Amino acid sequence: MRSFTAPLTEADARSLKLGDTVYLFGSIITGRDEMHIRALEYAEEGKPLPQGLEGATLFHCGPIMARNDAGEWKVLAAGPTTSARMNSLEPEMIRRFRLRAIIGKGGMSDGVAEAMKEVGCVYLAATGGAAISYAEGLRRCSGAEWLDLGMAEAMWRFEADRFGPLIVAMDAEGNSLYRKVSESLVRNR
Amino acid sequence: MRLPEPVEDVVVNLLRLANTKLPTDIGWALEAAAGWETGEIAGIQLGAIMENAKKAEHLGLPMCQDTGIPVFYVRGRFDSSIAKDIAKGVERATESIPLRPNAVDPLTRVNSGNNLGPGMPIIHYMPTDDEFTEISVLPKGAGSENMTRLAMLNPSDGIEGVKRFVVGAVLDAGGRPCPPTIVGVGIGGTSDRCVEMAKEALLAPIDSENPDPDLARLEEELFMDLNSSGLGPMGLGGSTTSFAVKIRKAYCHTASLPVAVNIGCWATRRATARITESGVEYAQGAVL
Ligand code: SF4
Repeated sequence: MRSFTAPLTEADARSLKLGDTVYLFGSIITGRDEMHIRALEYAEEGKPLPQGLEGATLFHCGPIMARNDAGEWKVLAAGPTTSARMNSLEPEMIRRFRLRAIIGKGGMSDGVAEAMKEVGCVYLAATGGAAISYAEGLRRCSGAEWLDLGMAEAMWRFEADRFGPLIVAMDAEGNSLYRKVSESLVRNR
Repeated sequence: MRLPEPVEDVVVNLLRLANTKLPTDIGWALEAAAGWETGEIAGIQLGAIMENAKKAEHLGLPMCQDTGIPVFYVRGRFDSSIAKDIAKGVERATESIPLRPNAVDPLTRVNSGNNLGPGMPIIHYMPTDDEFTEISVLPKGAGSENMTRLAMLNPSDGIEGVKRFVVGAVLDAGGRPCPPTIVGVGIGGTSDRCVEMAKEALLAPIDSENPDPDLARLEEELFMDLNSSGLGPMGLGGSTTSFAVKIRKAYCHTASLPVAVNIGCWATRRATARITESGVEYAQGAVL
């Protein structure tokens, strides 16, 4: 088991091996379809981008958030969403923002793996649906961007405290646990 | 029939029960799987799922952040006002549990904020002469729903064709629908009815026996095929890919063989309320 504090360095990302179990501390942002589309659109048009995208640890997640009486956001449930939906947008996200880690479920395409290898980024598999445990690990919400996209699609910022377990399912060398499993699948004995 | 409790309240209770408490049949299946899985990664996935389910129940919070699209089945006696009451219950539950607002316009992607909107919630009606009103909810997350497949097979493809299609649909879905899954299968009907049956099948507890022995055998064969595939929890490898295969069947056109697969994730959330004049009884599953 290994622990890291985000933002991760390129060396951190490249040191992770397929199958390693990881727990994270530090800054994590969330983003799904709409956040990817907007981030790339704003970058393209030269519009100002929110803090924290550069070198980010990006969690594919649309959390359930609640605001307390003091107006502070608190995360109630935050498991991973299906990463493959972002397959076509992620290579550009990784290259443009030098992402170091992507957290999600189900894995991503070979095109994403290639960008990860080039930049030095890993894909960490979170257990789908384990939303309460992951919300505990996200501890403190440190801000939100693009709330007009809706609760699920907004970009949330968190300070994580032992966020996990996460499995290195795609490493920065182009290896993928999903590819391995799919190549060895037994179809209709 | 006079109802002892407003439908709106019953709907809030149903959504709370479904979202915060994993059905016991799935809890048992998870424990059994954790017992026989030997892989380290598969074990970590199952452990994380079980721990999460316990915390959700204890805290009274949704076990998964994707609280889904509310799909309802109404059976027995009811009148046309029930749709409005169910919608009110959904809106209140979204605030009070809370549920994640998931309902959006399909093209503009604008979120209504309360899980309502044109065509939402989805309600299936099954009027009968029984002296009860039965309302079931099956909150359906997108991870599993997006993996739905329909095939209009040729009659000559036969049972082998059906099996190939079902196994293919589950394995192609990989880790996306959060395995271990429950695999709902519809065979026959028209295309629309076939997909409906595949989803209805998910409402039945996994230990409920299929009354049709031929279908029970087919369920068993598919179960063996899926769990010897090696896909495993979250698609990361292992021997638990699906907890169960559940099949529903209807007659179809002589020139058709429709087959549909609707996958339920490990968090197949369900709750049923049977309302009679004397009270409301809750359960976590129903055979329609
Ligand atoms: S597939 Fe199910 S368990 Fe997985 S994220 Fe979606 S609703 Fe949650």
